[in-house]
Amino acid sequence: MEISRNQFKEKIMKLVFLVTAMASIIAVIVICGFLFVNGVPAIKEIGVKEFLLGMEWLPMQEIFGILPMIVGSIYVTAGAIIIGVPIGIFSAVYLVRFCNEKVYKIVKPAVELMAGIPSIVYGFFGLVVIVPAFQTIFGGSGKGLLTASLLLGIMILPTIISVVESSLRAVPEHYYEGALALGATRERSMFFVTLPAAKSGVLAGVALGIGRAIGETMAVVMVAGNQPIIPDSILSGVRTMTSNVVLEMGYASGLHREALIATAVVLFVFILLINLSFSALKRRAD
Amino acid sequence: MSKISIQDMELYYGDFQAIKGISMEIPENKITAFIGPSGCGKSTVIKSLNRMNDLVEGCRITGNILLDGVDIYKEMDPIVLRKRVGMVFQKPNPFPMSVYDNIAFGPRTHGVKNKAQLDEIVERSLRQAAIWDEVKDRLKKSALGLSGGQQQRLCIARAMAVEPEVLLMDEPTSALDPISTNKIEELASDLKKDFTIVMVTHNMQQAARISDKTAFFLLGDVIEYNDTDELFSNPQDKRTEDYITGRFG
Amino acid sequence: MIKTKDRHPMSMFLNICMKIAIIFTVGILAFLIGYILIMGIPNISPELFAWEFTTDNQSMMPAIINTLIMTLLTLVIALPFGIGAAIYLVEYARQSSPIVKIVRITAETLSGVPSIVFGLFGFLMFGIAFGWNYSLMSGAMTLAIMVLPVIMRTTEEALLGVPDSYREASFGLGAGKLRTIFRITLPSAMPGIIAGVILSIGRIVGETAALLFTAGTVASIPSSVFDSTRTLAVHLYALLNEGLYMEQAYATAVVLMVVVILINWLSNRIAKKLAK
Repeated sequence: MEISRNQFKEKIMKLVFLVTAMASIIAVIVICGFLFVNGVPAIKEIGVKEFLLGMEWLPMQEIFGILPMIVGSIYVTAGAIIIGVPIGIFSAVYLVRFCNEKVYKIVKPAVELMAGIPSIVYGFFGLVVIVPAFQTIFGGSGKGLLTASLLLGIMILPTIISVVESSLRAVPEHYYEGALALGATRERSMFFVTLPAAKSGVLAGVALGIGRAIGETMAVVMVAGNQPIIPDSILSGVRTMTSNVVLEMGYASGLHREALIATAVVLFVFILLINLSFSALKRRAD
Repeated sequence: MSKISIQDMELYYGDFQAIKGISMEIPENKITAFIGPSGCGKSTVIKSLNRMNDLVEGCRITGNILLDGVDIYKEMDPIVLRKRVGMVFQKPNPFPMSVYDNIAFGPRTHGVKNKAQLDEIVERSLRQAAIWDEVKDRLKKSALGLSGGQQQRLCIARAMAVEPEVLLMDEPTSALDPISTNKIEELASDLKKDFTIVMVTHNMQQAARISDKTAFFLLGDVIEYNDTDELFSNPQDKRTEDYITGRFG
Repeated sequence: MIKTKDRHPMSMFLNICMKIAIIFTVGILAFLIGYILIMGIPNISPELFAWEFTTDNQSMMPAIINTLIMTLLTLVIALPFGIGAAIYLVEYARQSSPIVKIVRITAETLSGVPSIVFGLFGFLMFGIAFGWNYSLMSGAMTLAIMVLPVIMRTTEEALLGVPDSYREASFGLGAGKLRTIFRITLPSAMPGIIAGVILSIGRIVGETAALLFTAGTVASIPSSVFDSTRTLAVHLYALLNEGLYMEQAYATAVVLMVVVILINWLSNRIAKKLAK
């Protein structure tokens, strides 16, 4: 009797574990479901072309064009990549090959720490330090594309550095040694032999950084100016898809609310595409 | 009567046939040694005797293995089987817990909760494994702090704490120094009055020294199975002779 | 003697770039932490820790307590699922099975979803469809889904780190699968699991976007899990949004930052100890 009760318990618990394993599958399905069911009808009602390519966002007049936000997200993300990726790669190469143990022991935890600081704190820092500084340097409000790009560039640094660092470390040592043996300097060996060999890993890091940057909300909303227009200079104000949601969701209703959800759907599709390319790159890197 | 009876046993890993239809009778209260070169299937067979192969993906067994006449694959729960047929592994594998808890894990698994009873089982098992004097003052300390030889005797004590009838030892001394090996061998010879012991060994001298019966395995088959003295002094098969005289393997 | 660098302007240039990059990285972090500490610490006053929030004192005490409750509730929801899923993946499933692949892909997808999307989803599902409105429960459910992949991944890694010999020994003694998992495998993996839990706590404490439209922004201690509540990070956002309370905002940022840094430091330390 005892045995069959035990076997029963084992079977039940296996089932319980299986159910818990399903949680993430269910979560993804439910998230997609809720967003698409609530967002897609709005896109239909507004018109796919009017919604995705519309230049004007005037909720009071029921005009919902999110092209400025799509462009804004892309610009801000591109800016963050332009600033963050070179700094991240240079830092990672330095950490892997050019710093002594002592420096590494300080810098590595610092980078880990950077990843842990909440985005609202970054946003606060941007608001009270970078914005006034840019006001003084460039004039104007100090908020805009450049400010947001710089702040996001800083925020994605830890992601880029740690992914690039680990992919550099995965490159066989004899590549580097072989280059040295041919008379190349240490710098040349690292940048022209080891780094290209770690290409997939570096690209995966960049994809991850893009995902972070395009999805970031709280920091961007505080420093980007948030005007729903396509920016005409790097100093002009810009609104991203994430900011659009966070700024107006609190009071929106009816079609306006659905248009915001639809904005999130577009963002979500972007993220899915980036994730897909990230996993593809990671698989190639492995 | 034999304790364990293996009848026409074949074993497959996926499509690969690892054991090719072997039969043997393992006597009670004796030490039976399995010898043979690496990959000959001796470890595979010993692991089948308490169904540890169940854990291996794609492993399939045909034929019968009987314990006291009862088929262990068709008529017995693996948990009951493993309580009756204990196992000591190649590398000492104490749990990362205290010496006491290591020994008490088995009895607790099988429902012993009474503290005094557990104390008694722990002491008796450790004495049986000839390690009591070395650990009695550190029962509450981590078992990972013991030396390799002590850890292996601890694992033997742990296996005995569930009061099995058969003790399977899979190369129990291969990771140990000669002094510890000697202790384990003495222990095994001592234990056979209470247990049936099946031991896989790489070391022919070890088999010759302590076992009563020896089986020589080659390429998934039992080439020869006989009394140890007989097998070593007068091998019937050419391949057995080659192996024990060190001509291959 | 000619130095290598003099002969290789390119190498010298790269070398300087690396130094600038690393100084920028560390410098910006030091500046951020230093600036907030220097500006914030003088603004920390006892009334900021008053039990009751009023528009005069802008106390962060209720927000601190709310953060604590939110963290606990989120973990209570997320831990069983995260750990259970990891147990299934490591101890039960065949590594080649399609279920394992799908679970891995979806967990990876979840970890890439931006927090604002989680927030919007939580608002639609828990707030509207379940009718929980802005509430502690809506917020905790949303955050639970957000930290689920973190807990799953760290627990999975910790379980994979437990030597198979432990499992064999336990099975060899006649213990069943469940007993082996709960008595041997999980306890051995505990430090890794704890590091993951602490990492998740860091996420929960620092989160804002996912909470704005799920837990809402009410600045007092809730009387039930279905009341709206603001955590410390949301409190900081609210202060900045109103723009009237910069001193209080600085002080709040100090507390938030120090807490999150401590949490991450703790998690890293545990993880490092494990690696040894």
